[in-house]
Amino acid sequence: MNIPRLFIIAALLGSAGLSGCAVEPWVKPYERERLADPIMKFSRDALADKHREHIYDVREGARGATGVQGGGCGCN
Amino acid sequence: MAPPACKGAAVAATELHWGLLLRRIAGLLGSLLAAGGARAIDLPEDRADAMFHVYDGGGVKATGPALLVRKKLADRVSLSGSYYIDKVSNASIDVVTTASPYKESRKEYILGADYVVRDAQVTLSTSKSTEPDYVAAGTNLDVTQEVFGGLTSVSVGFTRAVDQVGKHNDPSFADSARHWAYRVGLTQILTPRWLMSANFEALSDDGYLGSPYRAAIVRGAAIPERNPRTRSARAIKFRSINDLGSRSSLRTEYRYYYDTWDIRAHTAEVGYSRYFGDAWLADGFLRYHAQSKALFYSDNAQTEAAYVSRNRQLGTFNDVGLGGKVSYSIKQVPGQYDIKANASYELLRFKFKDFTDIRTGELYGYKAHVLQFFVSATF
Repeated sequence: MNIPRLFIIAALLGSAGLSGCAVEPWVKPYERERLADPIMKFSRDALADKHREHIYDVREGARGATGVQGGGCGCN
Repeated sequence: MAPPACKGAAVAATELHWGLLLRRIAGLLGSLLAAGGARAIDLPEDRADAMFHVYDGGGVKATGPALLVRKKLADRVSLSGSYYIDKVSNASIDVVTTASPYKESRKEYILGADYVVRDAQVTLSTSKSTEPDYVAAGTNLDVTQEVFGGLTSVSVGFTRAVDQVGKHNDPSFADSARHWAYRVGLTQILTPRWLMSANFEALSDDGYLGSPYRAAIVRGAAIPERNPRTRSARAIKFRSINDLGSRSSLRTEYRYYYDTWDIRAHTAEVGYSRYFGDAWLADGFLRYHAQSKALFYSDNAQTEAAYVSRNRQLGTFNDVGLGGKVSYSIKQVPGQYDIKANASYELLRFKFKDFTDIRTGELYGYKAHVLQFFVSATF
């Protein structure tokens, strides 16, 4: 890769980075009413969701990245 | 020597200077105090849940109560405590083909504290799960920081857990396992009706990672299973929720998992939620999981190897879950409390590709029913 091409890529990345700095939060707080509704939560009932997660954990080979804290697991 | 008029002016200038300085210091302290008190993240609301849960499938029945209480203290900290009991009666295919059915119970306590400071939430929790032959204790620490005007949440977390493994009627057997988990997450509000999240977790296990009761089969003969004593895994999960209008939402999730035992797994879930009137909320969900087997898994191994297992959880299989949930608001006083009755049901179907039911010679599969009944109160 020659130097002019590197320069063009660096300039493009730089301008993208600078324009990124200029991005304002595009959803204003007063526009988040629908997002605050319980049906927009990934986990609405922690206790019930934990029970479901435990059932999968002890029967499937995969686990993790559930987005919630782990707990003790008597998995034998 | 300066004339009296000039002296007066100098004194006035000095007083003005000190007054300005004091006002500036007071202003600075005031803004610092105000900033210290201002919070963008709200503490989780006070809540109490009482649940009865049932799992029934594949010869295993696990039922019991579970409780959760969460309460704010001094508007800074939220404390939570939960208690969970599984009364298990186990006559699974492993048990009926190699041992005797048994009954036992598992109890789990979790204590947690959430602390909110400015745009960050720190959550610390500890848990202990106890069975007659298995004790697991863990500690979790998670920090979530809101950035970009509350549009983005970044989280990091850590878990450390230790298990003590025993065996019924064999006091000479005692072993342990240690677990570590490191996780990062990002939740992004994309539009006023759409948010997404990505979570990554690295897991590491070390120690006794099998069951002292389970048998492997080598050339038709049952022997105790032999698992590696280390396992390292990575999981990444993407989630999305869309508001569909008409007071309904659509949730989609996908997770990819792989580990050093060579298991690769895909898990996908889609859920739909909708209000009916002011008091009813209904959810429907469909979940699919498929995985490939561990390197040392075999239905009937033909050669002796260092590691061998016939734990079907490590085999090749898929499972499908189809479920629904309804919530009914029993009594609600806006801004004060809300009491809900909830019921949920899920039908699970497991189909194994390389696990034979030695009673019939056919590939094994089973259905399971998962039920939850609970009352929740937020206040």
